This record gives sequence, structure tokens and C-alpha cells, in this order.
Amino acid sequence: MVKPKRFPLPSSLEVIAGTEPTQAAYPYYMQFTKEDDERFWFYNSMHFPAPMCLFDTITAEAAYCALGAANTRVYCLPTTLGIDYRIVNGRIYIGGNAVTDRAEIARRTEEFKRRAFYYYENWERLFTQWKEKMMVLIGEAQKLSKVEIPEFEPLEHVHAGRGVASNHYLLDTYQKTLEGYYRMWQYHFEFLLLGYGAYLTFFDFCKKAFPEISDQTVARMVAGMQAEIFRPDDELRRLAKRAVELGVDDKIGDGCSPNDVIQSLEQLGDPGKAWLEELAVSRDPWFNINVGDGFYHYHRSWNDDLSMPFAALPGYIANIKAGRRIERPIEKLMAERKQLIEDYRELLNTDDERAAYDQMIGLAHRVFPYVEGHKFYCEHWYTNLFFNKIREFGALLSRHGFFPDTEDVFHLTHFEVEAAIIDLMTSWSNGSPPRGPSRWPALVKERKAAIAEWTKHDTAPALGPVPEVIDDPAIVMLWGITRENLDAWLTAGDQRDSNEIKGFAASSGVAEGVARVVKSVDEIGRLRQGDILVCQVTNPTWAPIFQKIAAAVSDIGGSMSHAAIVAREFGLPAVVGTGRATQRIKDGQRIRVDGGRGIVTILE
Amino acid sequence: MPSSENVSWLAEITLQDRSSVGGKGGSLGELTRAGIAVPPGFVVRTGGFERFLATLEMEEPIRPAVESLGDGELEDITALSERVRARFENAALPPDLQLEISGAQAELCGERVSWPLAVRSSATIEDAEDASFAGLQDTFLWVLGAQATLKSVRSCWASLYSVPSIAYRRKHRMREDGVAMAVVVQQMVDARTAGVLFTRSPVTGDRSVITIEAAWGLGSAVVSGEVTPDRFVIAKITGEISIRDISDKRVQHLPAADGGVDEVETPEEKRRMPSVSDDELAALRGLGRKIERIYGRPQDIEWAIDRNGKIFLLQSRPETVWSAKDAMPIAKPAQNPFTHVMNIFGGRR
Repeated sequence: MVKPKRFPLPSSLEVIAGTEPTQAAYPYYMQFTKEDDERFWFYNSMHFPAPMCLFDTITAEAAYCALGAANTRVYCLPTTLGIDYRIVNGRIYIGGNAVTDRAEIARRTEEFKRRAFYYYENWERLFTQWKEKMMVLIGEAQKLSKVEIPEFEPLEHVHAGRGVASNHYLLDTYQKTLEGYYRMWQYHFEFLLLGYGAYLTFFDFCKKAFPEISDQTVARMVAGMQAEIFRPDDELRRLAKRAVELGVDDKIGDGCSPNDVIQSLEQLGDPGKAWLEELAVSRDPWFNINVGDGFYHYHRSWNDDLSMPFAALPGYIANIKAGRRIERPIEKLMAERKQLIEDYRELLNTDDERAAYDQMIGLAHRVFPYVEGHKFYCEHWYTNLFFNKIREFGALLSRHGFFPDTEDVFHLTHFEVEAAIIDLMTSWSNGSPPRGPSRWPALVKERKAAIAEWTKHDTAPALGPVPEVIDDPAIVMLWGITRENLDAWLTAGDQRDSNEIKGFAASSGVAEGVARVVKSVDEIGRLRQGDILVCQVTNPTWAPIFQKIAAAVSDIGGSMSHAAIVAREFGLPAVVGTGRATQRIKDGQRIRVDGGRGIVTILE
Repeated sequence: MPSSENVSWLAEITLQDRSSVGGKGGSLGELTRAGIAVPPGFVVRTGGFERFLATLEMEEPIRPAVESLGDGELEDITALSERVRARFENAALPPDLQLEISGAQAELCGERVSWPLAVRSSATIEDAEDASFAGLQDTFLWVLGAQATLKSVRSCWASLYSVPSIAYRRKHRMREDGVAMAVVVQQMVDARTAGVLFTRSPVTGDRSVITIEAAWGLGSAVVSGEVTPDRFVIAKITGEISIRDISDKRVQHLPAADGGVDEVETPEEKRRMPSVSDDELAALRGLGRKIERIYGRPQDIEWAIDRNGKIFLLQSRPETVWSAKDAMPIAKPAQNPFTHVMNIFGGRR
């Protein structure tokens, strides 16, 4: 028998010395309590791979409020309620809330069918309506007042009899900013669980019918090719083509700085201006894509930091000039998908099975455009608007001496930001100095140090007693957590010395090369032709640099992640969801990536 | 030379001829006609066997003697087996039959009179699809020259009366009348690499993968289990190679100078080298899919790659172990297609 292993209890986790005040500054409802020792928790490294700044915890809060509402109250998932979340040392742990009482499951099952089946039945109409709602929400966020406060109320406000002074609108705008963000997450989960569920139903069937089928093959049968999330990369290809057509491509070389390029094109006359106009068209809205998954304020959008898109342009330009076609071969990919589905269908044993297969793949195809497309609107476009609005408050508070830097605002919780705004409103109204400048600078400094300290420490992958079965469809679906995974985690400590790292087989093929461990977007310039990208998150924003690399490895992500899809399109080996590749692999090491088996080997 | 009274060329045989050419002969004929690269050859049909048997029975009955064994004591079976086999191997062949077989052999070998041949048993039993009762009948590899060929054909006939073969028939109370033996005679493939291929997983029964086992030299080393072969699992549709186990192939079967097969040590540098290339794996996958399509069911295939890299199909049989379990349906269509999602949302407990 293997010696029994267990995860530590939440109460045994120590807050790292010197960081206690920052830990205490997280909202009380996110702190572990003694009762939490009775439950199983796991570290959500998929969405929150790094310690969270205080403000950024709003991303977890808003997401779990919305996810839980959908599960518990809106669709009434039979076997699960929502997800609880806690934070310690900046790391977010989550735990499911299973329904185990048979009578209750039966009651919820009836409710679920009435609600979920209605959505499946009316999917296209409701999804069209969803996009309209989402565009209204985005429009509202764009229309929010500029965050500023004049010395005197503008005369026209007075003459118009507005009767409400500017300090009121600071709070109003802030509250509307938060309200919109919370609402965005409600929209986000309106379809997500139902969509994933339908996909997983097909996935589950395939695994039963073809026990040895790879995850990526099932993914290829379901994945669409035209979701909005692919557009940013498509726009880059278009811009590269236009640059060649307009004869300005020589200004956009490897390692170019976006500002220099823009300046030199402005001076180049009509062709330069024409390309810059094309750039402007692409930027709104398609560069509203951030380099993370929307959970950290510092994952900036392409619009805010043009270095990512500009790093990708030279490669596309070189390909065009070499006479290669760079447009994604959508028709060919769709024809391949169709063929794949037919070929597997033919392998089934009976007509009954084939009929069931048709029903399941039909539903998966119906729901998948949402699963693929929503991220552009929610995690990217809206999230960028949200964080940038908060930045406006950061700039205002910084101008009034609350802290040195605009970005420092993210070291306050959203409650504290509201308090600081009210502090400033008060000060502006009564003419006394604000209280914040004597309070926040020291706290911001202390909190920055805490985040830096926490980043140096690993955290346990899970806490508390291991459940006998994981029967929570949301947890299985979104995090891929199964009993087998947990057992693997429990033994992971024994395998530290191995030179192999396991992950999800995302795109098959074998490649060897030099590892480039890229921890942030600023570093992508270091990637050279033929390097192997090793990064934390796989995310569609990175797609354009796939033309340069020989293979991709990530800490986080599943076989259905967009990078996995893009890797398959480029025919590159990829292993995702390795957990710790960026920590285990050293920059410059030679590694081998076996994307068919999900194994990365460190060769030296 | 067209087919004659007792000899048919593979290219003229279909599955419908199984009663006279046996399961193996019928299958090889069918696949030859479908354009699969089967080593050229002919079948000495059961008519030839019956003819010789009739000659032998004129002196002393054989089939009634086998049936009279009843359940059969092992001693009695052994005694009868020895007597009958000796007669098959030594009695004079009817001259016209001998001429017919040698004529076909000369035709098959052409100018190169001593082209090595494989001589394989292909038994038939009335009303049975396949009477191969695996391993009970003889195969002779690397047979050189006319005399050795005739001798091997007789030995194949005789193997129908081996102790295990008779014991099997007695146990199943088979009527001897319908039991006969055809013999397949083919050009031998001078195999660089050979092995087996299953068009489904022997481990999980998955029909979406192809499992290939391969080793250096003739396939007999793999089939007999004398070498641990390289093992590959390939997705049937996409060609992804999910398992690639390269074994230490210590020995290989190679042709002996004076005919037959020798077991020799593999040179050190080749022992842990893959015995098939990825391109060859892809071609084998294509071969497996094509044969499975022809038969409409999973197959168990033997193949070889010659010294020029050409792939040959040596044998294909229906897979039997998992096919028996296929009856369990995985899912049925639902009146309301949305109810399938309850497999996920309804809980797995």
C-alpha cells in the first residue's frame, strides 16, 4: 500500500511573516475560518496563477457571485450549488458546494430541465439577445463620465440648473463602473455552464466509445474557427498584408518599437497615413484583447501596449513576401472538421449509437460559438474598459496625493477605493485637505512588498480532506479536477527530481529546441525563430507569435484552450496545463515537447 | 497459367471460394483482387487434398478411423496421428497432381527456380467461416525448390491429422467428411521488418486506434513471441502516434542458407532502434484501414516490409475477442436530444 497522504488543513497555512496586515486587508468574507478545515479546497491556479493585488480580488468576487447564481438559483444544477472562495498569501482557493440529498437532487433536476432545456432549445435567439445586451453594456461603460473634478463647478452646469455638483458624479461613476463589471460577469455565466455541459456530454460519449481517443481530437471535432476571439490575430494578418500592398512594410521590422513605427509612418505621406488608418480600424474593437485572461489589472490590452501586435507583424510580413498564404484556411479547416466527425461516426458500432452521436455533436456545435466567443466581450473588451476606468480614479487620487502612482490604486480593495473617493469628495466639498495622503502611501508600500514576498513562495495545490468522489460538474468542467488528478497532486512532491513534466496533450507532434521562459508580454521580443515558448497562461493574444516558435508549453490551460486550438492550426506541438513549467524549466535550456503525449522533457 | 483442376491463383480467388481454398486462401485472394500488395501465389485447393486422401483411403480408410475414435484417448489419437501423417508424407502422389503443383510452382518462381516460398495450411470445415483453429496447423517458411515445395504441401495436408488437430475435432464432435485442407503457396517476402497489426486496441477494444507490433526480420519471431516487438498505438483517423515503445529486440528470424528459418542475434546497434519508420507506420495505418473497410469489421493482420521498403500483407483475420463484447450499446438516441446533458449535469455517482 502507498502510505496515506493528505493535503494540509486551511488552519495550518501560515500567513507569511511580515505580510499579516496585507492579508488582513482582504475582505473578511474571503478569509479562512476554523470551520473551513472540514471542507476540501483547491488552489485555482488556472485563473489566478499569481498572488492577487487587493483590488484585483474583485475579479474573483464578481465571477463567483455570478457563477454561483447561475448554478444555484437560475438553472438549479441538480448536484451542485456555487463555489466558495478564500484567499491566503494572495492565493485564491476555491471549494465546491455539492448537493447530496437525493430528494433535493430530484427536486433540482426538475427545475433544471425546465430552465436549461429552454435555453438549449432557444439558444440562437437568446445568444443573439446576449450579444445585443453585451454591446449595450459596453456602450454604457464607454459613455461613463470622465473621472475629473474641476476647481469650480462649470458655469453651464450652474446655468442649466443641474443642481448636482461634480463630487457626486465621482462616486456615481465609480459605483456605475463596479455595477457594470458585476453585471458583465452575470452575462458571462448566462450561457457558460450550459455550453460547457453540452460540450462535455459529447466529450464523455467519445471517451466511452473510443477510450483511447485524445482530448485534442474531440476538441477538433467541436471547435469552430470563426469566433470573435480569433479576430485580433486575423486583423494582424490583414494589417501585414496592407503594409505590403501599401509598400510601407520596410518600416515594420523585427524588434521595431511601435512608437517609432507610427512616427515614421506619419512622416511617410499618404501610404503611411493609409496604413495608420487601417491600424485604427483594427484597434477598435479588436485590439481590446489583453495578454492574460482578465483577472489581473496588469494584463494590459494590445491597445494599451502595442508591443505584442507589433512583435507579430514582421513575421507575417516576411511570410507574405516569401509568397506564403497567411490567411487562416477556414474552409479547409472546416472541411477537415467535417471529415473527422464523419470518420469517427463510421467507426461506431450501431445506428443507435450513430444517432446519439449526431444528437450530441449537434448540440455541442450549437453551443460552442458562445463558449469560444464570449471571452472577447467579457474577459477582454469589457475588462479592459473596467480596469482603465479604475486607472482614471487611480490617476485622480494620485494627483491629489493619495499615493505616488496611478497603478497604486490596485493595492486598495474596491471598498477602500470607494472610501478614498468619498474622502476626496469630502475634501473637495469642504475645502479641507483629504485624509488619504497621510494614510495610503505607507499601506501601498507595505502591500507591494507583501505581493513581492508571496510571489517567491509556492502554495499547496489543495487543502483539507480529499473527497471520495468529485461529483461537481462545474469543477470537473472548468478546472478538470478529478479524483485521479488529486492523487497525482498528492504524489507530485515525489517527482521533483524527474526531468519530465506532464500536462495536457494539446497539439501533437514532437519538437526540440531552446526554451524561452516568457513571464510577461514585455519579454516576447526575446523569442527567436525556432524557440520553444514556455509561458504561464495560454491565451489567444499570444497566437500571432506562434508563427515564430517551434512548440508551446504553458502552466495553465486545457485542450480546449484557444492556444491549443491555434497550435493545432499552426501544426505546432503544444503541452498545456503543466502546472509549473515556468518554474521547472530554466530559460535557455534545451527541451523536448511531445504534444501527442503531453510530456515535456528537460534535456540538459 | 490459368487456374486448373486443383490449383487456383490468388488473383482469381474470392471469399466465396472459401469452401475449396480455406479461410486463409479466400482472404488472401479477396485482398489480392482488392489491390492490396499480397505476395503472389496460388492455392492447392481442397480438391487436391481429397484426391490424395481418396488414393490413400483405397488402401486403408482414414476418415472413418478418426471418427471411430469417439471421445478419443490421447494414446489412440497419437497412434492414429502418427500412422496417418506418415502416409501423407511418404505415399506416392498421383502423378498428374504432382505435375499440376510443380507446374504452378515453376510458374510462380519463373526464371529464379529457387525463389523462396512460404507454404501455409488453409483448412476448411463445412459450415464454418474459418477453421484456422489458430496454431494447430503448420506453416513452412523459406521453402526452396520443387521437391521441398511438394514436401511442405504434403506436410500441410498431414498437419490436419496432428494430435491437437484431431483432438480438437473429436472434442467438438465434428464430422470428418467436411474437414479438408487447402494449401497456400506464395513467394516469400525477404523481410527487413515484419509484425502484426490490429485495427482496434487489444487493451481497451477501442476501434479508433491501430496497434502495430514490429521487429527486425521475418514475422515468425513476433508471432511466436520470441522477441519483444516495438509497439505503436496510432489514431486510426488522425494518424497521431500516442504510444511508441521501442523494445530491446535481442533476436530476429532470418532465412537459413539451406531453407527454413534461423534465430540469430540482432546486431547491437539495431537492437534499440525503431524497426519501422513513421512513414511506414502511416502506410501500415492506411493498409489496416483499407482491409478493415473491405471486411467491414476489425482485423488482425500480419505484414512484412521487404528489403526495398515495400509493404506486403501476409494474412488478415477477423478480430474475435472484442467483437464479442460490442453488443453493449454506449448510448441511444433520445427523444429530446437535450436529455443527453443529464449524463453530465445529473451527477455521476
